[in-house]
Amino acid sequence: MSRILTMARAGREALDWEMERRSEIFVLGEDVYNFGGIFGTADGFGAKYGADRVINTPISETGFIGMAAGAAMAGMHPVIDLAYIDFIGVCYNVLLNTASKTHYMSAGQVKVPMTLMIGTGGGYNNAAQHSQCLHATVAHIPGVKVVYPSNAYDAKGMMHTSLRDENFVIYLTHKGTAGVGWMGTPIKTTLSEVPEEPYTVPFGKIAVTREGTDVTLIGLGMSVHECLKAAVDLARDGISAQVVDLRSLAPLDRDGIFAAVSKTGRMVVADEDYLSYGVSGEVIASVVERDPRVLRAPPVRVCTPDIPIPFARPMEQHILPLAGRIADAARMICTRKTEQ
Amino acid sequence: MSLTPELRRDMYRQMLRSRAFDDAMIGLYWVGKTPIFAFANGPLPGELHCSNGAEPVGAGVCAALDADDMITADHRPHHVAIARGVDVRRMAAELLGKKTGLSQGKGGHMHIYAPEVNFASSGIIAEGMAPAAGMALARRLQKRPGVALTFMGEGAANQGAFHEVLNLVGVMKLPFICVVQDNEWGVSTSKKESTAVERNSDRASAYGMAGEYVASNDPDDIYEAAARAMARARSGGGGTILELRTARLAGHFMGDQQAYIPAQMKQADPIPPYRAKLVAAGVLTEAEADAIAAAATAEIAEAVAFAQASPYPAAEEAFDHVFAA
Repeated sequence: MSRILTMARAGREALDWEMERRSEIFVLGEDVYNFGGIFGTADGFGAKYGADRVINTPISETGFIGMAAGAAMAGMHPVIDLAYIDFIGVCYNVLLNTASKTHYMSAGQVKVPMTLMIGTGGGYNNAAQHSQCLHATVAHIPGVKVVYPSNAYDAKGMMHTSLRDENFVIYLTHKGTAGVGWMGTPIKTTLSEVPEEPYTVPFGKIAVTREGTDVTLIGLGMSVHECLKAAVDLARDGISAQVVDLRSLAPLDRDGIFAAVSKTGRMVVADEDYLSYGVSGEVIASVVERDPRVLRAPPVRVCTPDIPIPFARPMEQHILPLAGRIADAARMICTRKTEQ
Repeated sequence: MSLTPELRRDMYRQMLRSRAFDDAMIGLYWVGKTPIFAFANGPLPGELHCSNGAEPVGAGVCAALDADDMITADHRPHHVAIARGVDVRRMAAELLGKKTGLSQGKGGHMHIYAPEVNFASSGIIAEGMAPAAGMALARRLQKRPGVALTFMGEGAANQGAFHEVLNLVGVMKLPFICVVQDNEWGVSTSKKESTAVERNSDRASAYGMAGEYVASNDPDDIYEAAARAMARARSGGGGTILELRTARLAGHFMGDQQAYIPAQMKQADPIPPYRAKLVAAGVLTEAEADAIAAAATAEIAEAVAFAQASPYPAAEEAFDHVFAA
């Protein structure tokens, strides 16, 4: 049986299923016991699993995320809810030097299986300290797997995969895609038919979310949905846009990206993270390093520019990589003459 | 456990094993590094932080532990690792970056991992705190025995991680001991300059735990204080900050001339007084003490020979172990 679920409910279902069966999994973080975490991923878990397995912590991210790494080294599989990725500044050393490096520096003697759930993104007027994506900042660290489901089906399957992985996994959810009460009506394309039974979605495989022949729009998290909106708009102009959901940043499906872009010969990468030194450039490099001749037009990045996220609505909406900017970029490269 | 003659002889033996190890490593370290000093040169490359002077800490605390107990150490881990029972041959090989090393040459001297004796170290100051507390939490959840200890310098007690984790340990009443090794210096910054209180053990009261300071750098006193802290942790009495005044005789790292240390602050070597004490107490004869020293030197010489004779890892092995399969 399947039902239509939000991403938050789908992820919760996977976590619940694994926790019922595996005593090494426990949840640790701020407001997880009574509140179920900021996205409701552990909603009701306090009552169901008790305070031993759903552990409320003080506001001490360096402390409790570091403790999670130690618990993982000692045979547990902690699941941590770090509400907003903007807060990684207060625990970054654990990510950068402990959870990601211990397996390598011990030559595989010590494993660190832990799942760190983090919300990303803006678009709801929360200003520069609560709206960032920063996914490139974590995907840049060797030794971390970084996944980024954008719909409920993948949210559940990737949560199962994360919980069965023996490594440190950062499981990102764009806040606007999660389908939680405080973000308004869920975006339709984030909802999916979700089977009740468990299943896994592999890391490191893109999904082609919409078929198309003229241009490939590549997104991740929220920008997948902006790409889908742009594709509908472009279709009205007779431009057939393929939409790719990266789903996983580390590992990155470079083969899949290359194959998808080869099909259309044009690419627009839509990334809500900052423009420079980011995933967008990395995706383009995956194509042009292999064979720039597959491109019939220069690649384009549609990103958040290199400025702090502004608070006021007109400014924030102006700088986000929304469907209008993505469609404009696609039109530009589709109408431009092929350079000889 | 109590301070039996056997235990004291063993602590003396562990101190000498550690000293022999560090002296051998210091000897190797300078090979190829003169006249031009560069970390990268010679058979023992990189930074090297030796434990000379701190041997009573490793020997005294580890004597109070059981096999179930867990340790995270810092960038100066040798004396703790050796007293804990980490294989000195594989540790020597790791320092030399050899394939036979504990981490096959991927860790080096600051990153010593020996899960068979529940030992791990991290080169980032105070970053052993949280993993140790997490190990204590894991054992509680697994309903298995085990106290977690982290070893750090007094300089680490001004890191955020120190305070966050002590509060968490206090809230959760975890079986945890923070061993603060007060050697008076964080690189060239004195404790007086860096720390608002005279004793970090006094900070325990802020976190609902016990604090104890041992001023002697004598393994007998350290053992007894550690045994008290262990008893408290094992009986559910919570955590302890165990601050131990010790010494840093070989500088922060090799190449540190310690010109910043005034003459009146020169530190004493703890090994000769402990030997004299054990001989005076009839625990050791002079001949037995000499034999322990000779055995330690021979053991370490053999470990160094093993390390030197071992092959380097192949360059391509750099790509192994990034992830667990």
